[in-house]
Amino acid sequence: MTPRDRLRRLTALVRKETLQIGRDPSSLLIAVVLPLLLLFLFGYGVSFDLRRSPICLVVEQQSAAASELTASFLASRFFSVQGAVTTRDCQEDLVAGRVNAVVVIPSDFANRLYARDPAPMQILVDGSDPNTAGLMANYISGTWQTWQAIEADSRGRGVAPRLGVTARYRYNPEKESRNFLLPGLVAVIMTLIGTMLTALVVSREWERGTMEAMMATPLSVFELLLGKLIPYYLLGMAALGVTTTIAVWLFDVPFRGSVLVLVAVSTVFLLTTLGQGLLISTLAKNQFVATQAALFSAFLPGFLLSGLVYEIPSMPWPIRLFTYVVPARYFVPSMQTMFLAGDVPGVLVPNSLALLVIATVLFAVVAKKTPKRLDG
Amino acid sequence: MEPLIHIDGVSKVFGAQPAIDSLSVVFEAGRLNGLVGPDGAGKTTLIRLLAGLLKPSAGRLRVAGFDPVAEPAGLRDVVAYMPQRFGLYEDLTVMENLVLYADIRGVVGTERRQTFERLLSFTDLARFSERLAGRLSGGMKQKLGLACALVKVPKVLLLDEPSVGVDPISRRELWRMAADLVGQGIGVIWSTAYLDEAERCDHVLLLNQGKSLFSGPPGDLTAEISGRSFLVRGLGSERRQVLQRALKHPSVIDGIVQGANLRLVLAEGAPPPTPAELGAPPTASLDPTPPRFEDAFVARLGKRQTGDSPYAAREALGTAGEVTVEAKGLTKRFGSFTAASEISFAIKGGEIFGLLGPNGAGKSTTFKMLCGLLKPSGGIARVSGFDLMSAASQARGRIGYMAQKFSLYGDLSVRQNLDFFAGIYGLAKGGVPVIAKMVEAFGLGPYIEVNAGALPLGFKQRLALACATMHDPAVLFLDEPTSGVDPLTRREFWGHINALVGRGVTVVVTTHFMDEAEYCDRIGLVYQGRLIAEGSPDRLKARSRTGACPDPTLEDAFIGLVESVERNGRGHDAT
Amino acid sequence: MWQRIRSLIIKELWAVWRDPKGRAMLIIPPIIQMVLFSFAATLEVKNVEIAVLNRDMGGHSIELMQRLAGAKDLVRRVVVMHDEEEATAALAAQDVLMVVRFGADFSRDIGARRPASVDILLDGRRSNAAQILEGYVESIVDQYQGELPGAARGQQPTLVTRAFFNPNLESAWNTVPCLTAILTMLVGLVVTGLSVARERELGTFEQLLVSPARPGEIIVGKTVPGLLIGLIEGSLIIGFAHFVFAVPLGGSLWLLYLSMTVYLAAVIGVGLFISSLVATQQQAMLGAFTFVAPAILLSGFATPIANMPDWLQLVTLIDPARYFIVIIRGVFLKDMPAGLVLDNLWPMVVIAVFTLATASWLFRRRLQ
Repeated sequence: MTPRDRLRRLTALVRKETLQIGRDPSSLLIAVVLPLLLLFLFGYGVSFDLRRSPICLVVEQQSAAASELTASFLASRFFSVQGAVTTRDCQEDLVAGRVNAVVVIPSDFANRLYARDPAPMQILVDGSDPNTAGLMANYISGTWQTWQAIEADSRGRGVAPRLGVTARYRYNPEKESRNFLLPGLVAVIMTLIGTMLTALVVSREWERGTMEAMMATPLSVFELLLGKLIPYYLLGMAALGVTTTIAVWLFDVPFRGSVLVLVAVSTVFLLTTLGQGLLISTLAKNQFVATQAALFSAFLPGFLLSGLVYEIPSMPWPIRLFTYVVPARYFVPSMQTMFLAGDVPGVLVPNSLALLVIATVLFAVVAKKTPKRLDG
Repeated sequence: MEPLIHIDGVSKVFGAQPAIDSLSVVFEAGRLNGLVGPDGAGKTTLIRLLAGLLKPSAGRLRVAGFDPVAEPAGLRDVVAYMPQRFGLYEDLTVMENLVLYADIRGVVGTERRQTFERLLSFTDLARFSERLAGRLSGGMKQKLGLACALVKVPKVLLLDEPSVGVDPISRRELWRMAADLVGQGIGVIWSTAYLDEAERCDHVLLLNQGKSLFSGPPGDLTAEISGRSFLVRGLGSERRQVLQRALKHPSVIDGIVQGANLRLVLAEGAPPPTPAELGAPPTASLDPTPPRFEDAFVARLGKRQTGDSPYAAREALGTAGEVTVEAKGLTKRFGSFTAASEISFAIKGGEIFGLLGPNGAGKSTTFKMLCGLLKPSGGIARVSGFDLMSAASQARGRIGYMAQKFSLYGDLSVRQNLDFFAGIYGLAKGGVPVIAKMVEAFGLGPYIEVNAGALPLGFKQRLALACATMHDPAVLFLDEPTSGVDPLTRREFWGHINALVGRGVTVVVTTHFMDEAEYCDRIGLVYQGRLIAEGSPDRLKARSRTGACPDPTLEDAFIGLVESVERNGRGHDAT
Repeated sequence: MWQRIRSLIIKELWAVWRDPKGRAMLIIPPIIQMVLFSFAATLEVKNVEIAVLNRDMGGHSIELMQRLAGAKDLVRRVVVMHDEEEATAALAAQDVLMVVRFGADFSRDIGARRPASVDILLDGRRSNAAQILEGYVESIVDQYQGELPGAARGQQPTLVTRAFFNPNLESAWNTVPCLTAILTMLVGLVVTGLSVARERELGTFEQLLVSPARPGEIIVGKTVPGLLIGLIEGSLIIGFAHFVFAVPLGGSLWLLYLSMTVYLAAVIGVGLFISSLVATQQQAMLGAFTFVAPAILLSGFATPIANMPDWLQLVTLIDPARYFIVIIRGVFLKDMPAGLVLDNLWPMVVIAVFTLATASWLFRRRLQ
């Protein structure tokens, strides 16, 4: 057995796998359609950034101050304003979910304002979507404060509030949610390819009997696994490349890290997903079960328990504890950091080490569990 | 010299059940070694043991001088294995599959070119080298599987049921290839559930429930019953009834329908019964015939079939003689491809009609149009006078259907399956009385709460038949009904079919299996989308009788007819 | 005809329940999702770690810090920083979500009634959480300002915000009821999508086709079990939300079930559509997944539809989940009147009619 023979076999396996991905509808769906679908949904659709959020502005009595304030709400890009005279008029819209908040400028607004009443204006938010409700309250009071400052300034009175908060956002000053969602989404996409697709194609070989045929050839189990790992590793990296390019060029997400570090960290993460995919397929030699297992053990945790969308620190402790074994939990912040902050060793080193540990454990289990014969 | 394969006291146990039970046997090189037995006999397990894919629970095994478990690398270099399910990558082309195997086996350069050339001409696949393996017919898939296994000439070639789902023509080609390989000194192991294939082997290991029933040249086994096989000729139209009576005769241990005749095997030392004793008409005669391997196998098993069937007790349908199934100019086009063209025939009540044909010839398409699964592009299919398209529901209420793999709901219990079919066929009182009768007649009582998928093979078949006939159909469609089933179960099944036919039920059956075709009253042979021949098995045999082949089998007739069309067809193309 | 449909439905229910894979599909994913969505899918900000860089010598900064640190569940740990670099490094390494800086003159300015400012530096990599945190900080500072001596007639009028329908802005009040939409969608798709594929794999589908059952009856036989199982699982989640999470259930339960039925019908139409395209259960599941992911993301469940670009908002109009989410939130939290429910119901009726009609047409075509 010369190294050249080994190389030829590996190349043959990789070539076979590549041809198959292009010809199998399920593989194409997972490798191409789903990643792009998710990428564009997240690029365009999933956004925490208020953009012309519908609000109802109740002006109980017109006054100069009221109309100035109205104008500044109308000018804001965050709101799409509809007017009303009484709160009752907006009640139905609030219940129907047609507006997210109601801002009430009371009839004695001007008086209250000049009297420095503590509550010159009221904000009512729709609490049925708590996150949006919180953001609405923040943005409305932001608009109010800006208006107040300008207004006070124009009258030449004490400009700034006595005690205020000056907030700055590092790494993402525009607070664009897309900037942290898209880099994090790479973790989900790589999970699709590394875990779901790998589990699917290996289990398919078992199901269709091709694994049996391969095992009867001079190929070793090690070569067979390598023949799966290499193409799906390359595919995962290609997905990384495409996603990064689309994120940077189409969606204007900054990339402040170095490509080399990106490749290195992503490789370690991809290894964990591949290990998980192989593990699933050795345990479930059936495409249906493998797809399901991948969906629930990799995709869903990658989405929900990685900090991509939801806040890990806010979860109850048993779930928080569980997130420590979810590889995406380490990769999502690493990606967000590489894109938005750069190569920050304080984030990347510990996270990569954790991924390395998980990958090692997974591959050790795979090596132990992979049958050398049909009966183990 | 050490034999090519040495199996010494080998057992393989899964759970508590031994799949191979202390088996000792020797296979030599340069021979065609048959591994014969019904489904579940342990054939696949044995082949996997030989390929080093399973580890024996006990015993010693040597293949081409290697211990399959301890020396897998050496073994795999000289052993080629073709698993039951092709082992081909269906989304790769023929050529891509070959290249993959050549790369894996290290066949490169000139050697590869020559090998491919040889294999492609050997398998006649050169024309299809760019076709996806998944799009090949069953026979072509097997040939490709064989080619892939042969990219490097092995010492041992293990073939697991290469002839399943393969039409007689492709099957014969596969045999020719195997014989060629044997001629080159390769030791070939060919496993099969078709007992007639055993006779072509140099050496046969007959397996039953993991044990060897017989090991040696097939002639040795048939010799055991020499002089005990008889053909009953001149039965007129009564062969099925005579068979039922014959099976009750103490001398007769086995009997099947063979065309217009009956084949009987007598008990050891039993005197041949007279036609009268068998209840046969006086015109009948009992002639000795050379024994077949299957006769000997059934004799060895020593179990008698009774030929009894619960259907025999039912009242006649009174359809005998009427045309119950009619095809008029049936045509089916898929795009520009015509799968079936202008097919017409009429089947009478109480008749068994067999649809035969090579893979992809249009036999299944015709069958599906007949039972309403496909909509014809032209022509009419009528069942009991109802058009299957315009009066589908009524027509379907009159037919029963049983597919190859006993399409039952495997996760539903026997009772739930019966209840469901009773409900869907709208039986009176929810089918309670009928179900009770079926359960009793088929002995399903002990299994009533068992999942259909977990039933023993024979009971699965009984349940499938019960479900398909519960509503007392006038016409029964059978799609390869006994493929892979052991001979005893098959005999029982045909016993029921014979009883049904006796009542006037019409049976339409498709099969690749010539033994099954022999049960038919008439056979329609479909090739290239057309009905190329129609007639009783004996007439078809007579049509292809030649000087070189004075006593053709049905398989010979089948191949001869197809080839003559091929020749004429080519002649037409030339003009 | 009714007997046949009844048999088909009973068979279908048994088949789903007795198939170990089918049963697992009905039990395990809903439980996993129920746990994950109810407890993990939270955008609330809790247990954060923050850093303080205090150059102020006075008491105001300490008092404010204590209030910040004492806010219920909000801050888990306050790390004291000694210089700017240490603080930014901690932020960069994501050890803290926020750095609070008090300038050297902070307390002195307050004492002298000069404007003073609390500088906060937030991690933009988690800008959603950071904004919520900023809101909390602002309200704490605001409140503190109101308590400052001489603030009775404060310089800076503050605003009063009230949250309707969910006064404490509890995350679970949103996620758990909305789970009804996600889970019933999954169940409806899987039960119908997989069952046809399962019959194809088993070969029983042909058996069905040669029986007297008409295509329409087969379609009904496939639709009703999905509907029944979907309604059962939906009811379980509604109960879970109301009794375990104490989400108020103000509106008409009857309207909620009517809407759920229509919603399920629309979803099952999609399931039938998928099933007529696929050959295996595995493909059916992938197909269902490919539909569920965008349908949920565009439903307004996770992020508001109003935040999407206009063209994508148009796309959401064909998403049945979009309407059902509004109805769920309405019936649970808002005591939504029938008129408003109907406003969201009729588009679902249109979608259901469309998907079911298309699916039956495709289904019948495949049968022939």
